[in-house]
Amino acid sequence: MTNLVEMKGIEKRFPGVHALKAVQFDLRPGEVHALMGENGAGKSTLMKIMSGIYPRDGGDMFVDGQPVTPDGPRAAQDLGIGIIHQELSLMSDLTAAQNVLIGREPRRSFGRLDEAALNARTAEIFASLNLKMDPRTKVGTQTIARQQLIEIAKALSYAPRVLIMDEPTAALNDTEINELFKVIEKLKADGVGIVYISHRMDEIKRIADRVTILRDGAYIDTVNAADTPLSTIIQLMVGREVTQITVDIPDTSQSPIALEVRNLSRGKDVRDVSFSVRKGEILGFAGLMGAGRTEVARIIFGADHRDTGEILVAGQPVNIRTPNTAVQAGIGYLSEDRKHFGLAVDMTVRANITMADLRRFTSRTGVLNETAMEIVALAYIDRLGIRTPSDLQEVRLLSGGNQQKVVIAKWLLRDCDVLIFDEPTRGIDVGAKSEIYALLEDLAAQGRAIIVISSELPEVLRLSHRIAVMCEGRLTGILPGGATTTQEQIMELATQRDTASMGAEELL
Amino acid sequence: MTATTTQAPKSALARIIAAGTHQRVLAFASLVILLIGFSIASPNFMQTSNMIAILQATSVNGVLAIAVTLVIITGGIDLSVGTMMTFCAVITGVVLTYAGLPMIFGVIAAVLTGALCGAASGTFVAKMVIPPFIATLGMMLILKGLSLVISGTRPIYFNDTPGFSEISRGSLIGEVIPSLPIPNGVLILFIVAAVTAYILNRTVLGRYCFALGSNEESVRLSGVNTDRWKIVIYALAGAIVGIAGLLIASRLNSAQPALGLGYELEAIAAVVIGGTSLSGGRGSILGSLIGALIMAVLTNGLRVLSVAQEWQTVVTGGIIILAVYADMIRRKKSN
Repeated sequence: MTNLVEMKGIEKRFPGVHALKAVQFDLRPGEVHALMGENGAGKSTLMKIMSGIYPRDGGDMFVDGQPVTPDGPRAAQDLGIGIIHQELSLMSDLTAAQNVLIGREPRRSFGRLDEAALNARTAEIFASLNLKMDPRTKVGTQTIARQQLIEIAKALSYAPRVLIMDEPTAALNDTEINELFKVIEKLKADGVGIVYISHRMDEIKRIADRVTILRDGAYIDTVNAADTPLSTIIQLMVGREVTQITVDIPDTSQSPIALEVRNLSRGKDVRDVSFSVRKGEILGFAGLMGAGRTEVARIIFGADHRDTGEILVAGQPVNIRTPNTAVQAGIGYLSEDRKHFGLAVDMTVRANITMADLRRFTSRTGVLNETAMEIVALAYIDRLGIRTPSDLQEVRLLSGGNQQKVVIAKWLLRDCDVLIFDEPTRGIDVGAKSEIYALLEDLAAQGRAIIVISSELPEVLRLSHRIAVMCEGRLTGILPGGATTTQEQIMELATQRDTASMGAEELL
Repeated sequence: MTATTTQAPKSALARIIAAGTHQRVLAFASLVILLIGFSIASPNFMQTSNMIAILQATSVNGVLAIAVTLVIITGGIDLSVGTMMTFCAVITGVVLTYAGLPMIFGVIAAVLTGALCGAASGTFVAKMVIPPFIATLGMMLILKGLSLVISGTRPIYFNDTPGFSEISRGSLIGEVIPSLPIPNGVLILFIVAAVTAYILNRTVLGRYCFALGSNEESVRLSGVNTDRWKIVIYALAGAIVGIAGLLIASRLNSAQPALGLGYELEAIAAVVIGGTSLSGGRGSILGSLIGALIMAVLTNGLRVLSVAQEWQTVVTGGIIILAVYADMIRRKKSN
């Protein structure tokens, strides 16, 4: 049987990163081929090359045995290669139908649109997905899960022969996942080849025929899913035996409560959330995309207004209306999007570290004391182990892990007692991750209260003393940290939808 | 997630409000209130002749606002429409007065010049990836200079082309209905508005205007040639600016090369008052038309009330800030 797609010796370099090193991959008709690897292993990059989004720097690609070089998404679509992106890439101001058929709108003469045909065709695709949705629905009004389904409908509308799914289930609940898997089975029967990227091991066992593993941009192996134990796959992914790390959970039950939140609500995003975190404790927040974790953090930090709820710091109610008042109350928030909200990347390490508390370095005449700033910056570079040639290095030239440390330094300087970390290791390589973990544990040991929001369950389990799980804006449960809690327990809470608000049409 | 998302289509009124047309309703209501207010304040205001004067005063700014609306919906901005309008008028002067060609060539020259200038701006933005603000700022200066160079800094009069001033000042409607002498300039404004609104809401070009403004990267990843469409959209906006050039040249019976600067800001003001989002993805031609009318009614009404012209500018500025603030409040609530 000829391969639908074959890629050999694929090379890709980004400035400072050798993203793909002679990677090979092949896809047969009617199979689900899982692509596995840790974050940064090169899975998404490889798939972006296959779907024409990135050009390759070297290697060959064949479709039906013919050499091809798709030079754009359109060219890849013409070859029958469709992709469902990991990040939602829909146009929120447009309707579902307008999104699904963007670029291929049914037209009449003179470029006029045939809106009726547009909606009818989209309705057909929705029906084939068992998705009950009016094609005229504005995408922006839909939940993340339903937007994901629109995205899937869009990819299917190309009638692709090759379909790349990059973490398609990240925002779906069990029912929706089952429905998606039915669609995948149907596509397989039609001879469509599917590349499946997911971090959820149970899914790989359920639907994958073969598994290709990448590590640090290099091809490791391709194995049959049926006769390879998961532990072997994980071992190939991380390149070492995974030993269960035992979290050393200190007894903080006698420590004073640093932050307490009561009945926090904001529209549909956050519904009646209450919890507390003690000094010296690391509270993990788990949940699917759009569960409301970041929203809770933003409310506590005063970045968004709350409809109802109380925030108490060290037992005292505080009226937090803006980030400024939050900082004065001793709460720091480290955004998931460091580049946009956490750092001035074109400025130096020194300028960034001292930015949060410039008053300390300002003379009465308003002149900045560079010497004092240098001393403090160097002290934090040393204390946090920030790898930078000097404190005058521009932050954008540092690696992700070191950039994160600069953000942490900035908040330490403000002397915050409560630190909220939103995806603290996103985009950070494996080695630097453990350094960040050690740093967080260190901060907790010094008596600070730490909240960690993370979408990576292993990270939540690795760090948390207690684990709060959210789903659709509600806090569905708080689990103890440590080895007694499993990923399955967390997932169960993370997909525990409010049955009362779930009408029949909510189900796929 | 609520159950309403999958319900059958809502009532027309609910849909209009839900579709983000709230601001347009608000703008329209403000227009009506202004009209009523000025009528009460001065009996001279609600005269047919004064109403026609307001419409005539709206025509040039209205057409420019329509052109800018297209660009703003894509998430861009066009600062060059004022001087581009003048440049088109000057080229028309060259074709008609210097070369002595028949009038139809002057009309074609104006529209074509605008389309080419727009395509140039579009190319700067799409192919050279220059931010629209900078690209069209450069274009604004280039065209201002070129107008002065070509005309030798002197106005070009259209005295040799009889009927040219009729483009704006004549009244086809008045010939049919003598009691309603609406000038052709106003008629052209409404035709341009209707055609552009149709293009925006019913054609592929319009769909990509909104799509680009909503999420450009996503449109590109869907396999749409976004560069080409951007150039086409800027070119269409330019062609509409060409029509504005004809209107102003016809009204003044001359191409005034020093004119033009400042018109772009008035046009953008009209667009903003009409509820088009400067961040792209939302907007309407009807809104911009209403915005342009509000500005003309204000200017005219305050003049009828003998308010000094300097104060009229202050009021217009205040209105812009109020309009955008109202939009912000609405959006905050809907979030």
